[in-house]
Amino acid sequence: MSALLSVRGLSAGYGGPPIIEDVSFDVEENEIAVILGPNGAGKSTVLKTIFALTSVTGGAIDFHGTSLVGRKTSTLVTIGISAVPQSRNIFPHLSVDENLDVGTYAAPPADPAATRENVLELFPDLRAKLKQPAGELSGGQRQMVALGRALMCEPKLMLLDEPTAGLSPAYLERIFDLLLDIRKTGVTILLVEQNARQALQIADHGHVLVNGRNFASGTGKALLADENVRRSFLGGAAA
Amino acid sequence: MIDFINFYLFPALAIGSVYALGAVGISMIFGILRFAHFAHGDLMTLGAYGVLAAAAVLPFNSVLLLPFGIVLAIVAALLVDKIFYQPLRQLPTIYTVISSFGVALIFRSLVQLVWGSQNQVYGSGGVRPPLIFFDAIRVSALHVQAIVATAVIALCLHFFLSRTKTGRSMRAVSDDPELAQVAGLDTEKVVRWTWIIGAALAAVAGLFAGMDTSAHPNLGWNLLLPMFAAAILGGIGKPMGAMAGGFIIGLAEELSSYPWIGDQALISPSYKTAVAFVIMIVLLIVRPQGLFKGRLL
Amino acid sequence: MTELSGLFFYLVSVLIAGGIYALLCLALNIQWGMGGLFNAGIVGFFAIGAYTSAILTTPETAKHLGGFELPIFAGLIGAAIIAGVTGWAVARICVRLKSDYLAMASIGIAEILRLVIVNESWLTNGSLGISGIPRPFGEYTAGRPADLVFLAYVWLIVLIVYLVATRLYNSPWGRSLRAIRDNEASAAAAGKNVERFRTQTFVIGCAFMGVAGALSAHYFRFLSPSATDPLLVTFLVWVMLMAGGSGNNRGAIVGALGIWALWSVTEIFTNRLPPEWATRSSFIRMLLVGLLLQYVLQKFRAGILPEKSPPLHFEDEAERPAPEK
Ligand SMILES: Nc1ncnc2c1ncn2[C@@H]1O[C@H](COP(=O)(O)OP(=O)(O)OP(=O)(O)O)[C@@H](O)[C@H]1O
Ligand SMILES: [Mg+2]
Repeated sequence: MSALLSVRGLSAGYGGPPIIEDVSFDVEENEIAVILGPNGAGKSTVLKTIFALTSVTGGAIDFHGTSLVGRKTSTLVTIGISAVPQSRNIFPHLSVDENLDVGTYAAPPADPAATRENVLELFPDLRAKLKQPAGELSGGQRQMVALGRALMCEPKLMLLDEPTAGLSPAYLERIFDLLLDIRKTGVTILLVEQNARQALQIADHGHVLVNGRNFASGTGKALLADENVRRSFLGGAAA
Repeated sequence: MIDFINFYLFPALAIGSVYALGAVGISMIFGILRFAHFAHGDLMTLGAYGVLAAAAVLPFNSVLLLPFGIVLAIVAALLVDKIFYQPLRQLPTIYTVISSFGVALIFRSLVQLVWGSQNQVYGSGGVRPPLIFFDAIRVSALHVQAIVATAVIALCLHFFLSRTKTGRSMRAVSDDPELAQVAGLDTEKVVRWTWIIGAALAAVAGLFAGMDTSAHPNLGWNLLLPMFAAAILGGIGKPMGAMAGGFIIGLAEELSSYPWIGDQALISPSYKTAVAFVIMIVLLIVRPQGLFKGRLL
Repeated sequence: MTELSGLFFYLVSVLIAGGIYALLCLALNIQWGMGGLFNAGIVGFFAIGAYTSAILTTPETAKHLGGFELPIFAGLIGAAIIAGVTGWAVARICVRLKSDYLAMASIGIAEILRLVIVNESWLTNGSLGISGIPRPFGEYTAGRPADLVFLAYVWLIVLIVYLVATRLYNSPWGRSLRAIRDNEASAAAAGKNVERFRTQTFVIGCAFMGVAGALSAHYFRFLSPSATDPLLVTFLVWVMLMAGGSGNNRGAIVGALGIWALWSVTEIFTNRLPPEWATRSSFIRMLLVGLLLQYVLQKFRAGILPEKSPPLHFEDEAERPAPEK
């Protein structure tokens, strides 16, 4: 009952053989947790499974102590979870403003205008682009739109799949700073990242996944220091 | 010149209106449900006959009886979606295309069964005098009605799609259905509205097409090809593009039979449909995403 | 006695038409069952074949192009070639796009051909049609026995096409094709030229549809634009193949015969209805065909004789090149 999100012995797949098996971890209230692992390890699959986009074959997912297994994605949005997929995470032909607006439809916030204002405060770059089709923005700006859309329903938990994919190191730091800002507003973040080192620096907890199974878990600092994890995933010596 | 305006330009815009209204629905169904709806023409036929049926009992102008045609088309579309298309949604969309092909047949045979297969005319049958502007421009009142109605509908639709929650949801689903699901949008509601709008506009188009000549069971089926051409021309998932595409196809068809060179029609009027087809083929070769940067299916 | 022979020759006529439908079904099965290509304009290729063969084999007349008086077999070959070439043009444009576009273009071709047939009298004699089309071995037989000869002729061709289609299905070519149908991405990844395979499939199917059209022209000895009714050709053939079992050549033949038998039997009944109902009854039959298609699509997709081999993937094939990692 202590963790906000608790994943226990989770197995899931896409109808064929299971992609993830017996995965367990907890996400505490108002923390940043990161899932790491090599390509194809099943990181996205874990997020999608939590968000009811795959078929669960075993295990439990509890949010605030209630089970999420078997719910519909749209229900999850209404109980305070939102997600940003790894790719194709904006509506390219909708303007930035419309992208944000669409984020409120499933679970309208009490005061949409205020929520929008808060989101734009986080991403001031978007202000000048509100009328532009989101597909015409730069990669980093698109990630902001995607994050903004997911924030518009005032979620308690955000599931973010590689929000820094393809961004320059400078932009990457900005996004990570933004995640810290978002957490300050009381949102819990579960993140999948390839940039393991930087992610672990901002994360409270990290969970390493290999071949669809738990490999290691610990605080960000502990994982950064862990010899085993460092050798396999962080590319050599500690920073 | 005056002849050109009276006998080519206005009729072209009028038939263009019919194509535009039909193509919008096809384009939206393309965009949201991702299949080519082969029963759309026959949905128009149903709308046209719905008005005809109402006109048999109610002594009003056919245009005022339009709601009957619209309701009939909407009910038919929603039923068909629920009974025939929805169960196939998980399969490759080609199965839905085949199904819609069969639905076209079902609609047409129902029309023939209920109303017979002979041509039927609207209203008293008398020819209404044309409207005359500047002493020289003579336009049939029906054509003016069709053009004005289409313009008004285009404006309303634009407002609906860009300003309302449902309209924006529709565009979002059309843009990326998976992301729409992730965002928690009500996809089934979007689908429902797609049918409602598509069918309503089809009924309007069907009525104007029927009033221009006469209602017959093949009315809509014969218009299907130019409407597909218009939807592709406008870019799939771009309703406003489809509107523009409809007018372009209408103009191209009518103006192709204008005696541009000498006094013979450039292309025999009996090949009007072929003009739309040729445009469609050329588009598929050089620019399948359409003029307005639409999507490929 | 006459009753009985009447019945017998009625059966013969059903079997002849059934054979022509079997050809169409086999052809569609090559396109859809093996290649996954949606041809919505079967009637167009059927009509091309019919008119080609009719023009090639009829004697000289002022009414339409003709006077070649070629043997019937040459007419059939000509029908196959012209229908195949038309199919090639359509396929070239559409196979790289999603199958919906192929459906639209094939419907378009069918509609345009209808316009050409009605309007170009110098070529087709317009709505008056072409008459005096010869039957195979027509000089030796006449009357009802001639129907028996024609029956054998049609089914001989069905047999040939069936053998060809079965060979194709089991050949490496057919396997690649089915793999493309079931998983285009992996087929393309395995280096298959997806577009070329599809174009070939479409052309072969269209050529056979042309042959079927030619046979029907020779059967009726007369050809008019009413032969280009999409209902009686395109729709019915789709229902036949879906019901018989797409992907299975025997299923295609069984479906053709079964549905055609149903169609013919209902006609016997509806012809006995009072006249005001008789006209409507054809619409009821149309309605039923439409509903039957929906039923098959939803509940009976595999058909009477389902495709035997499981869906093919390139992973199953020995010839698969080593995946790059
Ligand atoms: N929609 C799907 N259908 C079937 N299999 C899938 C699907 N999506 C992913 N997979 C398979 O699941 C496995 C794990 O994929 P997943 O996307 O979860 O990996 P990931 O850890 O997110 O990798 P990356 O770092 O590259 O994003 C892969 O082998 C992939 O092929
Ligand atoms: Mg991933």
